Amino acid sequence: MTSAPSRALRALPTLLRVGVAETVAYRAEFLVWILTSTQPLIMMGLWTAVARERPFEGYSSAMFVAYYLASLVVRQLTANWVAWQLMDEIRRGTLSMRLLRPVHPVFAYMAGHVAAIPFRAAVALPVAVVLLICSGGSTLTGSGLQVALLLPSLAFAWLISFGLMFAAGGLAFFMTDTSAVMNLYYGLFALFSGYLLPLDMLPGPLETLAAWLPFRFMLSVPVELMTRTLDGVRLAELLGGQLAWAVIATGLALGVWRAGLRRFEAVGT
Amino acid sequence: MIDVRELTKHFRVHRRPPGFGAALRSLVRRRYEQVVAVEEVSFRIERGERVGFLGPNGAGKTTTLKMLAGLLHPTAGHVEVDGFVPARRDAAFLQRITLVMGQKSQLVWDLPPSETFALNRAMFDVPRAQFRETLDELTALLDLGTLLDKPARQLSLGERMKCELVAALLHRPTTLFLDEPTIGLDVSMQLAIREFVRAYNQRHGATVLLTSHYMDDVVALCPRVIVIDCGRIIHDGDLRGLVKATLPDKRVSFTLPAPLPDGDLERLGTLLVREGLRATLSVGERELPGVVSHVLGTLHGTDLAIEDPPLEDVLRDMFGKRRRAAAAESAP
Repeated sequence: MTSAPSRALRALPTLLRVGVAETVAYRAEFLVWILTSTQPLIMMGLWTAVARERPFEGYSSAMFVAYYLASLVVRQLTANWVAWQLMDEIRRGTLSMRLLRPVHPVFAYMAGHVAAIPFRAAVALPVAVVLLICSGGSTLTGSGLQVALLLPSLAFAWLISFGLMFAAGGLAFFMTDTSAVMNLYYGLFALFSGYLLPLDMLPGPLETLAAWLPFRFMLSVPVELMTRTLDGVRLAELLGGQLAWAVIATGLALGVWRAGLRRFEAVGT
Repeated sequence: MIDVRELTKHFRVHRRPPGFGAALRSLVRRRYEQVVAVEEVSFRIERGERVGFLGPNGAGKTTTLKMLAGLLHPTAGHVEVDGFVPARRDAAFLQRITLVMGQKSQLVWDLPPSETFALNRAMFDVPRAQFRETLDELTALLDLGTLLDKPARQLSLGERMKCELVAALLHRPTTLFLDEPTIGLDVSMQLAIREFVRAYNQRHGATVLLTSHYMDDVVALCPRVIVIDCGRIIHDGDLRGLVKATLPDKRVSFTLPAPLPDGDLERLGTLLVREGLRATLSVGERELPGVVSHVLGTLHGTDLAIEDPPLEDVLRDMFGKRRRAAAAESAP
C-alpha cells in the first residue's frame, strides 16, 4: 500500500496539469482575474505624483515605482483565493467529493493554486520589467545574496498566505459564511502587509503592530529583499520570521481543518 | 462487509420564524434544536450483497450513507466497512469504496470528463495499464462514445451521470454506496444504469447499498431491502417479505370478453383499475384460487396476470400506517 505523502507526490504532476487546464478554461475570465491584483499600479500613480517635486517620507518617485512594482510582482506570485473556494465547498457540501479521494484535500487545493502561478507570472513579470527599466531600475537591490534568497522568501510568503487563507475559509465549518472574516482579513492585509503603502510610512504604533503580525511576511519582506540593501542580521530576522509564520499558518490551517471536519455536515443529497 | 451497530447522528439546527423581526431577534438570541437524523440503526451487509435502502424524504438514508462513506462523524454507535472505521478516512479505506450522489458532481465542471478520470487515476494511484483497461470496459458498458472530450458542464444529465459512474469506479472499489444514481434520468437511461450496476456487482463481487426513489431500481437490483423511517430501521429483509408483511393482497389483472358491471367485479375483490375490458383487482391470498378460477372459468377472462402490489404502494401503506399510529399516540 502506498503511503499518503508518496501517493500525493505521485499525483502531483496530474494535479498540476489539471490545475493549469482549469486556470485557462476561460481565457477572458482568466485575464480579468489577473488584472484584479493590480492595485499597486494605482498606488504607484498616486505616490509618484506626491513625490514628484521632492522625496516624501524618504521615498523618491523612483523608489515608489520600484516599491509598488515589486509589490505587484510579489502579490501576483503569492495571492490565492482558497478561502473563497473552501467556504463555498463547505457551504454547498461539495467538499464531500474531495473527501472521497485518498489524497489530502489541502494538498489538492495547493496544487490547484500552484498551477496558476506561472500564468500570473507570465503576465505580471513583463509588465514589471518594462516599467522598471523605463522608470526605476536603479532602485533595485544589487546584492546577489538577496536575489538568491528571493525565491525561498516568495515560497514562505505563498505558504503563509495559503495557510491563513485556508484557515479563514475553514472557519466556514463553524460559521457557515466567512465572507465578513475574509473582508476583515483583506483590510488588515492591505494595511499591515505594505500593499497600500510602505510599512515605514505607517504611524509609529501601527508600524510596531505590523512587525508582530503575519501580513508583512507575506508581501513587505520579499519586496524589501528586492528594493533595499539589507545586512546579514536583518536578512536572518526577516527570513526567520517568515519561516516561523509559515509553520504557524500551516499548523493553523491543519488545526482548523481537523477540528472543522468533525463538524462537517456534508449538506445536500 | 459492512457492520453497523446502534449508529446515531444528531444535528444542531438553528430555528427561527419567518419575518424581519424574527431575523433581528435571532441576532441576539438564537434558538437551536437537536434534530435526530439517525437513531440507533444496526445492520450487517455481507460482501457482494445488493441492498436497497428505502425510506421517505428526511428518513435518514443519505445521512447513513454519508457516515458509511466517512463524510460524517457519527454522534454515537459503531460503523465498520471492510474492517475500517470510515470517519478516520484511511487511504486504504477510500481506495475500497465509492459514493455516487445523483445530485452532486465530482466531475471538474469546466473540463472534459477525461480530465477528471486522469485526476482520479493519479489520486487513487491506479496503474496506467489497469486504468486503460477499466476505462475501456466502463466506456463500452455505458456506451460513452464521444462524451469523454466534451466539457462536463455541456453534458446532459444522463450523460453526466454515466461519466460520474465511470469516475467513481475507475479505482475498482469493492463497496458501492449509490445515492439516487438514476434521479432525473429517462427510463432507458435508468435501465442502462441498473444493468451496469448489476454487471459490476457480478463481475467484481462488489457490495452495493442503493437508495432510490425509483422503486423499479430497487426491485430490479436488490434482493434485500432495509427500510428506514424517522431515523429508525423498520424493516430489514428480503423484498418479498416486506411486500407480504405489509400488503399481502395480490393484483389480478385480466381482459374480459364482454362488458361487465363494476359491481360484479367488486364482489371478487377490490376493483383498482377499470379500462374498457381490462380490469385489475386486489385479492386476498386466501381468496386468490377461487377468484382466478372464476375469472377464467366463468367470466372467460384472458391475459390473466397475478402480481405483487408495486413497491411504491407497499411503502406508502407502511409509512401511512406509521404516521397514523404516531398521530393516534400523540392525540390527547
